[in-house]
Amino acid sequence: MRQGAKTRLRRDGIALAVLTVAYLAVSVLVTNSYYQLILTLVPIWAVFGVSWNILSGYGGQLSFGHASFFGIGAYTVTLALVYWNLTPWIGIPFGAVLGAIAAIVIGTPTFRLRGHYFALAMLAYPLFILYVLQYLGFQEVSLPMHREHPAAFLEFSDQRLYTLVAVGLLVCGLIICMLVENSRFGLALMAIRQNELAAEAAGIDSRRWKMRALITSGAIAATAGGLYACVLLVVTPDSVFGLLVSAQPVVVTLFGGVVSIWGPVIGAAILVPLAESLNAEPGNIIPGIQGVVYGAAIILIILAAPDGLYWTIRDRLFRRALPEPAPVLPATPARQVVQHGTAGTELMRVENLSRSFGGLRAVSQVSFSVAEGEILGIIGPNGAGKTTLFNVLNGVLTADEGVATLAGQSMLGRKVHKVCRMGVGRTFQVVRSFPRLPLLDNVVVGAYGAGLPDDAALEAAVGALARVGLHRQAGSAAGQLTNKQLRLMELARALAGRPRLLLLDETLAGLGRDECDEVLDVLQRVREDGMTIAIIEHTMHAMMRIADRFVVLDHGRVLASGLPREVVEDRAVIEAYLGSKWLARQNA
Amino acid sequence: MNAEVLVENVLNALTAGLTIGCIYGLMCIGLGLIFGIMRIVNFAQGELLMLGMYASLYLVTGGGVLAFLGPYFGPFVGALCAGPIVFAGGALLHKFLISRVSGLRTAGSLDDGHFGQLIITLGISLILQNGGLILFGSTPETVRTPLASRAFEIGPIIGDATVFLNKARLIACVVAIITAITLYLVLEYTRLGKSLRAAADNPTAATYMGIDVDRAYRIAFALGCGITAVAGGLMATYLSFGPFIGLDYVIIMYSGVVLGGMGSILGAFWGGLTVGFVQQCSSLVLPPQLQNAAIFVVFLLIVMLRPQGLFGRSAERA
Repeated sequence: MRQGAKTRLRRDGIALAVLTVAYLAVSVLVTNSYYQLILTLVPIWAVFGVSWNILSGYGGQLSFGHASFFGIGAYTVTLALVYWNLTPWIGIPFGAVLGAIAAIVIGTPTFRLRGHYFALAMLAYPLFILYVLQYLGFQEVSLPMHREHPAAFLEFSDQRLYTLVAVGLLVCGLIICMLVENSRFGLALMAIRQNELAAEAAGIDSRRWKMRALITSGAIAATAGGLYACVLLVVTPDSVFGLLVSAQPVVVTLFGGVVSIWGPVIGAAILVPLAESLNAEPGNIIPGIQGVVYGAAIILIILAAPDGLYWTIRDRLFRRALPEPAPVLPATPARQVVQHGTAGTELMRVENLSRSFGGLRAVSQVSFSVAEGEILGIIGPNGAGKTTLFNVLNGVLTADEGVATLAGQSMLGRKVHKVCRMGVGRTFQVVRSFPRLPLLDNVVVGAYGAGLPDDAALEAAVGALARVGLHRQAGSAAGQLTNKQLRLMELARALAGRPRLLLLDETLAGLGRDECDEVLDVLQRVREDGMTIAIIEHTMHAMMRIADRFVVLDHGRVLASGLPREVVEDRAVIEAYLGSKWLARQNA
Repeated sequence: MNAEVLVENVLNALTAGLTIGCIYGLMCIGLGLIFGIMRIVNFAQGELLMLGMYASLYLVTGGGVLAFLGPYFGPFVGALCAGPIVFAGGALLHKFLISRVSGLRTAGSLDDGHFGQLIITLGISLILQNGGLILFGSTPETVRTPLASRAFEIGPIIGDATVFLNKARLIACVVAIITAITLYLVLEYTRLGKSLRAAADNPTAATYMGIDVDRAYRIAFALGCGITAVAGGLMATYLSFGPFIGLDYVIIMYSGVVLGGMGSILGAFWGGLTVGFVQQCSSLVLPPQLQNAAIFVVFLLIVMLRPQGLFGRSAERA
C-alpha cells in the first residue's frame, strides 16, 4: 500500500458504509416501481463510471468506446439465459470474464496507439459489434421469465431487491477502485497519465499496467452491463453498444469528478434521476425537450465546475485544510553505499553506435566506455547528438547499428523500462515530472519501477529524497516546485531505483550559478556513495569541476575524449565550440 | 455471376465511392480543422452537418429566399449558403462555450481541456439534436432536385456494362472539390490562414508573435463548422435526413480525420475519400448492414499499421 493509504482507506470506507446504509434505507421506503427503477439504475451507471474512471481517469487512456464491455456483459447474460437457460447469477460473472478477455483482445492491438488515436480507435469497437449483432439478427432479445424459481434467475417481483443487488455491485466496484487507488497499481497509472515516458524511464512497464487497467475496467463494465440487462429484461444493440452508452460513463465521471473514487457516484446520483424524470414528464409533452434540458444542464455544471463536482466542492469547502501534512521523514537516513563492482572496472561500453533520422546521422559511429565509480562528462554544441545518444542507450530510440553493454549485457533492443531495470537511471533535458503527485510519490514511482516491495520502496524514496536534500518538500505537489527542485527530484527518482549507472541529461540547464553549485554538490555526494554517472552538459565550467573524463560529440561523432584538461586544449574541440575564426585569431 | 454485370457493378461502385468520397472529404475537412489542427474534441460535428442540411432545406424550398433559383441551381447554391449561416453559429458557440475549455485557457494543463470539451460538445450535440427534433420535426426531409433521379451514362464499355453517374451527386462532388481547394489555398497562402495554423500549432508562441489567438481560434472553429455544413447541404440533395442524422456521420468524420493523419487538411480530405470509397465498394461483397462495420475494420487496420495516419507525421522529443 502507498504512503497514507491507511487513512484514506479508513475515511473512504466509513463514507461508503454510511452512504450504502442510507441509500438502502431510502430505497426500502420507495414503493413506486418507476422511482425504484431509477434507484436501481443509479448504482449501475455509477459502476460503469467507476470502471471507466480506472482506465481513463487514473490511467489517462481516454476511451470513447466503453460500451464494448458493457454490451458484452449484457448480451452474454441475455444469450446465456435464452440459449442455455443459465442463471444470471452465473451469467454475470461469466460476462465479466468475457469482458476481461475482450479487454485483452481489444487492448493488445489498440495500446500501440496513444492519445487521440487510442480514444477514437476504442470508439470503433462497440459500433462494429453493434452492426454485426444487427446483421446476425439480435435486434431485440428479451430475457425469458422464470415463474418457478424467479430469485434463482435474478428475477424479482419486488423492484427493491434489484436495487439491493445493484448497490452490492457498486460497493464491490468502489472497493476495487479504492484498492487500485491506494496501491502501486494506482500510482503507476497516475504516473503514466501524467508523463508516460518518465514513468517508463523510471522502470514502470506502462504497457502492462495499462493492460491491467483495461482488464479490470472491462470486467467491471461487463458486470454492470449484465445487471442492466436483468433489470430492463430486454436488450437491443443500440441500448447497450450505442454511442450514447459509451458516452454515459464519460459523462457521469467527468461530471462528478475524474480521478476520484466518488466522482462517478456523484455524477450518476445527479444525472440519472435528472435524465429519467425529464424523459417521463416533459418528454411526453414535447418530445426532445428532455435532451435539450439535459444537454444544457451538463454544460452549465461543467462550466461552473470544470474539474467535476467532487473536486470543485472539495476545493471550495476544504481549501484551508487542503495541503496534506507533509510526511515526517528522517532528516539523515543511512547512506546507501552502492557496492556493485570495484572502482575502475568497465561498467558501460558503447561501440560504433549509430542512429539516423532520414538522411541526418544524429549519432554516428560513437564509441566510449564508462568505468565503475567515475563521472563521465558528455559535452558538445547544440545538435551534437548528445540527447539522441541517451535516447538510444535507454531504449527510447532504437539503434541503427553498434553495441552498447552494461556490465557485459546488451542494453540495445530493450524497452525503456527494461533498460531501467538493468540498472540505468535517466533524467531528461526538459524535466519530466508527475506534476499532480506529491514529491514523495514522484520518487516512489522510481522505487516501484525497480521492483521494490512497498516498505522498501518507501524507504528507498525517503532515502533518495534526503540524499538530494528535498526531504522537507516531500508532501508538496511536484507542480509547485522550482526548476532546481525539479531537477533534484528527477535525480532522486532515478536514485530511488538503486541504479548502477545514471544518465543525466543537462541536469544543470536553466540553473543560476548558486543553484548549479548546489546540484553539483549533490552529484559529488552521490558519486562518493559509489554511483557511476554519465552527464550531458553544455557548460565547460561546471563540468570541469566534477567530471573525471570527457567525451566530446560534434555532428554525431566523437571528436575527442580523455581527461578534462587534455580535452579543453584540443584544437578540434575549441573549433567546434568557438568556431575556426576564434581559433585563427588566437593563433595569430 | 455474369461477367458484364460484375464489371458494371464494380465500375458503378467505384464511381459512387469517388463522388460520395469527395463529399465525405469536404465534411472531414471541417472536423480536420477543429479536431485535427486545433485538437478540440467536438462531438457536435455531426449536428453541424445536420444544421447545414436544414439550413439548405429552408433556404431553397417553400418560401425560402433562394427558391427563385429553381430546383437545378438552388440546392447547390443553398448548400454553399448554409456555410456562412453555420459559420456564424459556430463563432457564437466558440465565443460562449468552446473558448472556455480550449485554447489558451487550457494550454499546458494535464488533459489540454479535453475532458471539458468532451462534456460541453456532448451537451451541445444533445441540445442540437433534440432542439432540431422540436423545431424541424421528425419527418425525413430531402432537398429535392430533379437531378437526383437523372444520371449521365458512360458506355456501354464492355458488352452492356454502363456506368451511371448520378447528376446530383456529381455536381455535389464538383462543388465539394472546389470548396476544398479554395479552403486549402486560403489556409496555405493567406495571412489569415497562416495565423490560424500558427495559433493552432502553439497558442502560447502565437500570442508572443502578436497573433490574436482567441480570434484565430474562433475563426478556425467557425470555419470548421461552416465547411461541414456545406458538405451537409450537398448531401441533402441526394439523401433523406432527420434531426438525428449527425450520429451516423460523426464516426465517419472522425475515422476520416484520423485516417488522413491529424493536423493535415489535405489528409482529412483523403481520409474522408477513403472512407466513402470503402463504404461504397464494400457494398459489392457485404450485406448493407455490414457496410459500416467494414469502415471500422479498415479504420482499425490503417490506424494499427500506421498510427500517425496516412499523411500525418509524429514526433516526440525526449
